[in-house]
Amino acid sequence: MLELTLKGGKSYWGWLVVLLAVIGGAFGLYIWQIKFGLGITGMSRDVSWGFYIANFTYLVGVAAGGVMVVLPYYLHDYKAYGRITILGEFLAIAAVVMCLLFILVDLGQPMRLFNVPLYPTPNSVLFWDMIVLNGYLFLNLVIGWNVLESERNNAHYQGWLKPFIYISIPWAISIHTVTAYLYCGLPGRGFWLTAILAPRFLSSAFAAGPALLILLCLFIRKVTRFDPGRKQIQALAKTVAYAISVNVFFMICEVFVAFYSNIPAHMDHIKYLFVGLHGHGVLVPWMWASVGLMVIGIILLVNPGSRKNESVLAVACLAVVIGTWIDKGLGMISGGFVPNPLHEITEYVPTVPEIGITLGVYAIGALVLTILYKMVVSVKEEVRA
Amino acid sequence: MEDSRRTFLKIAGISAMGLGANPILSAFATDEHTEAPAEEQAQTPAEAHAEAGAEQAPAAAGEHGEAGRVHVQRGSDALTAKQWAMVIDTRKLQTKDDMEPLIAVCHKIHNVPKLQNKHHEIKWIWETEYQHAFTDKMNQFLNQEVQHRPFLVLCNHCENPPCVRACPTKATFKRESDGIVMMDFHRCIGCRFCMAACPFGSRSFNFRDPRPFIKEQNKQFPTRTRGVVEKCNFCAERLAVGQMPACVEASKGAIAFGDLYDPESEVRQLLKTNYTIRRKQVLGTEPSVYYIV
Repeated sequence: MLELTLKGGKSYWGWLVVLLAVIGGAFGLYIWQIKFGLGITGMSRDVSWGFYIANFTYLVGVAAGGVMVVLPYYLHDYKAYGRITILGEFLAIAAVVMCLLFILVDLGQPMRLFNVPLYPTPNSVLFWDMIVLNGYLFLNLVIGWNVLESERNNAHYQGWLKPFIYISIPWAISIHTVTAYLYCGLPGRGFWLTAILAPRFLSSAFAAGPALLILLCLFIRKVTRFDPGRKQIQALAKTVAYAISVNVFFMICEVFVAFYSNIPAHMDHIKYLFVGLHGHGVLVPWMWASVGLMVIGIILLVNPGSRKNESVLAVACLAVVIGTWIDKGLGMISGGFVPNPLHEITEYVPTVPEIGITLGVYAIGALVLTILYKMVVSVKEEVRA
Repeated sequence: MEDSRRTFLKIAGISAMGLGANPILSAFATDEHTEAPAEEQAQTPAEAHAEAGAEQAPAAAGEHGEAGRVHVQRGSDALTAKQWAMVIDTRKLQTKDDMEPLIAVCHKIHNVPKLQNKHHEIKWIWETEYQHAFTDKMNQFLNQEVQHRPFLVLCNHCENPPCVRACPTKATFKRESDGIVMMDFHRCIGCRFCMAACPFGSRSFNFRDPRPFIKEQNKQFPTRTRGVVEKCNFCAERLAVGQMPACVEASKGAIAFGDLYDPESEVRQLLKTNYTIRRKQVLGTEPSVYYIV
């Protein structure tokens, strides 16, 4: 099916060239990082994880969010999703590829990456994260590819795929659960030390993933002859509405527990993020923007009038995607490191090369997604004709 | 035509697989290499790796003979314990000037670089105020003298170390023979999970090549490369040749060091007769560094 990606118009090739240029530039920055060390980033002894790990966390969510179309279609036989399941699965593939790359660029010694499988360490959550992420990538590749190929051949997908499809559903939950366990099992990091972290990650994932999928569906409808369908988009919008509401509810739960119990170790990080601590508060405007965007998202999505208007829906989904990205991509990681274990404050701001490398990883993800979606759209147009 | 293309693809595929597998296989080969002598000497693999790590690094860092080798491997005069522990009598270390020589000697013999950028700082042992060392024991109204007294902080060599739990490659491990939490600088992939896991901020990461920032290199101890984590090792290399840790030696009796599970040891005697505190013991990591206040 890959040959389908070789036929395209000017804008298709132009877009690929733009992506390749970004990737090339970012690769140059990455070579610099390899030569100099992670010192070219804004990370420090106190904030030892930054933008890379934050974006990794966010994208695990996007990948897991794909299950929100897979589950209704395969478990509840919600036929309408048959048309877009493949879009969810391929979005998950692109997201997991980016996750793995973000881990790679975050390593101080990337050439030693294979030490993880060479010295398997089951007591480390990172070891399990490697397994679940690679497993999820494998599952989605196998399922997505074969289902699409069957569709192209006007046949039902192979029977042996069924078990893989069923496994992929809890597997999607597992990738974000294990990713949350990276953080929430650490003593002395009050911000992450909460049993609700995995559920919170999942709720924001089930909002961000489908919201992004809606935006992609609207885009595909605009630029191709394949229409993902109004009914499908509306059903996804309801998922986003519930998930983003649950996410904000979980945030309120966190704030209540921290502030009613009045335990400083738990309050300090939230204070740092939302009002600043001892005069430090570089993230304060961002965090309020995040809350504002999520609330706007809830209002527009829960209200049927605005949800059914697709232009408004696009705005709402954009608000959800950006709001959850700030919450997870900026606040969640550095928020857990400030103040540090000795109650000193070192703030974190990503540097330009760090942002450049991050953009490069996103460009690789966009490239993978473009190629995969190009295949999908071509097959769908072919079948229609 | 179709057939020959298929054959070509088959051969190409198999060769590509072979090329891909080669680095992995050679990694296995070197692994066996370092572990083989370990078995003869009845060590744990972890110890063997630490030893290998310690020996390779100085060889790479500079030229020196057999005499310059580091003895992490236990010698006949080695000091042993079930769990090494430290008792710091903070009453005897009142000022920064009292602590400066201890910190200096540690950082000197362990090739700890002096980096100006605070973000990239490497420290094995340093001094801080009571409110930072004992975040959970800070009172609004505290003995004035204690409040302003500097406290030494270092890796606690916890009995339940969260950093060891977090490490995905066993590059940091708790040495079974004496409870020291050690680092294999050659295995560390630089993921910094251990730094997130440590509730004491005891770990540092080499954000850049540390070697240009070491004033005077000690050839007896490895220097580190960029991209790996490091921390205090309770002077495992000195214990192995019958010497006390450098900070203990330089403390003129203010720091005691011994076996926590030997009732006759100096640390146990001190713990029996003095009221001591530990950092964040509420977290259950069981730090092995005790403070007499």
